[in-house]
Amino acid sequence: MIETPRHEEEHVSEIRSAVRAICARYSEDYWKDLDATHGYPTEFVAELTESGFLGCLIPEEYGGAGLGLPEACAILEEVSRAGGHPGAAHAQMYVMGSVLRHGTAEQKQKYLPKVASGELRLQSFGVTEPTTGTDTTSLKTTARREGDTYVVNGQKVWISRVQHSDLMVLLARTKPIEQRSRKTDGLSAFIVDLRGAEERGLTVKPIDAMINHHSCELFFDDFEIPAENLLGTEHEGFRVVMDGMNAERILIAAECVGDGRYFVDKAVAYANDRVVFGRPIGQNQGVSFPIAKAYAKVEAASLMVDRAAALFAAGKPCGAEANMAKMLAAEASWEAGDTCLQTHGGFGISREYHIERKLRETRLYQIAPISTNLILSYVSEHVLGMPRSF
Amino acid sequence: MKVLVPVKRVIDYNVKVRVKSDGSGVDLNNVKMSMNPFDEIAVEEAIRLKEAGKVEEVIAVSIGVKQAQETLRTALAMGADRAILVVAADDVHQDIEPLAVAKILKGVVEQEQPGLVLCGKQAIDNDMNATGQMLAALLGWSQATFASKVEIEGDKARVTREVDGGLQTIAVAMPAVVTVDLRLNEPRYASLPNIMKAKKKPLDEKTAEDYGVDVSPRLEIVGTTEPAARKAGVMVGSVDELVDKLKNEAGVI
Ligand SMILES: Cc1cc2nc3c(=O)[nH]c(=O)nc-3n(C[C@H](O)[C@H](O)[C@H](O)COP(=O)(O)OP(=O)(O)OC[C@H]3O[C@@H](n4cnc5c(N)ncnc54)[C@H](O)[C@@H]3O)c2cc1C
Repeated sequence: MIETPRHEEEHVSEIRSAVRAICARYSEDYWKDLDATHGYPTEFVAELTESGFLGCLIPEEYGGAGLGLPEACAILEEVSRAGGHPGAAHAQMYVMGSVLRHGTAEQKQKYLPKVASGELRLQSFGVTEPTTGTDTTSLKTTARREGDTYVVNGQKVWISRVQHSDLMVLLARTKPIEQRSRKTDGLSAFIVDLRGAEERGLTVKPIDAMINHHSCELFFDDFEIPAENLLGTEHEGFRVVMDGMNAERILIAAECVGDGRYFVDKAVAYANDRVVFGRPIGQNQGVSFPIAKAYAKVEAASLMVDRAAALFAAGKPCGAEANMAKMLAAEASWEAGDTCLQTHGGFGISREYHIERKLRETRLYQIAPISTNLILSYVSEHVLGMPRSF
Repeated sequence: MKVLVPVKRVIDYNVKVRVKSDGSGVDLNNVKMSMNPFDEIAVEEAIRLKEAGKVEEVIAVSIGVKQAQETLRTALAMGADRAILVVAADDVHQDIEPLAVAKILKGVVEQEQPGLVLCGKQAIDNDMNATGQMLAALLGWSQATFASKVEIEGDKARVTREVDGGLQTIAVAMPAVVTVDLRLNEPRYASLPNIMKAKKKPLDEKTAEDYGVDVSPRLEIVGTTEPAARKAGVMVGSVDELVDKLKNEAGVI
């Protein structure tokens, strides 16, 4: 294992060690078998919850650890570095942020302690729709107020972990699009109770996908949500989900850094051990240089993740850094993975070596939760002041 | 009764060790350091004794560089009650020899008056396997080494030891020094709340001089080398060929 010297607080390296110890109990074969059977890492998630790590970001008054993004990043980075797939559980860490920042006192009291204990799994987040995609503010699913309820109709796609969640944060339109005063006006966020929802007008269809991310299509047919489950102000729901997105991007970037380190570790070990033509393949610079380059890029991305996480933790604006960290880390992990696979020659293709699985998993993050082009368009417009393109 | 658990900061067992180019030792720059795995087992055993009501307080002690504080925090996060750091070196490459460590531990024991010292049977860096035994001798206490089971019964400890060819169970009078082996238990990892609580637990800092111990080395390291690279294996065609090779080439049968 290549250890990067980092200037972290002592408890952060302590957290890394503890998470490594947990991960050591779940071999890479555990993850490989789940991937093959589309299974969910129930035991792993339970252990990460019971040991308090998934409640990292929940304030102590609600039973969490009350820590910040740097600690949460360390946790997820170590899971992916150990060969695991943190995407199965990461949302339990941050979806609650919308409740924490925008929920009423009653909502916080009702949900957060149970999210911290794991009794309630709030790890589903319903925004993306098939016809509007990245153009979130044009989404079409409607929530119509009728007395004490909102009645939801419409369709979502790629909504992950729905079948492994008790609650979902949903974004839907509460004001017709032609009446909106600005792009983000007229959307509202809701806490949806998924327990028994399929008897109440929600159809859930798992998507057969490249990775084991448990993503589904959702169809709402006069699905009722109690009005008290409105999260934040009516018509202002975009803000409710938006300000959690920076946290999500930074955490996912940290996972990519973990993937990158995983790939570099594996590539270096193999390059040193594999002997062809009577010498280790790593003695050929054609093999070692790409690994060194991938390592340098992972390290650079890691610095951007650290910066973004520190800004977020300090309550400072971090949109640019969160976006750039996600883009750089997802690209670095992909390059490291591709290099690792190439280093392993034919064995890299074999599932037994886990590299192809990890490579599939890390590829997602150039697309979700936001694709690279959209990050570049954010940076072009908001950081560099170039004309808006859409 | 108090239990004292000495813990050493060593190169992490996952790290591929690299020998320094001048042969003076192993390169410890930018490598992950962790608690010696045998010491983790000792900490775990001490905590289990406390949970079973046999022990009131678990004190972890580490001797070495200032960074050993991290190792002590790990012990505290696992469940030790307080910790003592004895700073005895500035350079991470300076290893304090077993006799000096045992002398400092003797000083700590005299101050703290534990009924039991639980230590790892050896540290995985230098594999000396000496500190516990030396400490018992300096204190004039009983010792039980390589423990795979520890039971406290009144003023005696029943210790099952892993010896060549089997297990030996002995009863030793307390106070005693017990060194623990790999199969004694499976150490817990620290939960997140416990990691945070550990930050608030007391950690006393001392120096080797506080115990009047001279830690200057008595041993000279003449050289350090990588283990010889393993030669590639050969596939044999039959059992007869295997037996022939074992007999005539390897000379092992
Ligand atoms: C495995 C997985 C899990 C997911 N989980 C969730 C979830 O839990 N909840 C949720 O709400 N969503 C989820 N998503 C959805 C994800 O956020 C979207 O897929 C992503 O935002 C991209 O949207 P899209 O797929 O509709 O692509 P589109 O918007 O159709 O874009 C297609 C391509 O065109 C590019 N493009 C589009 N517009 C522009 C432009 N103006 N300029 C330049 N390029 C452009 C994009 O960059 C992209 O490469 C998940 C997706 C996947 C694959």
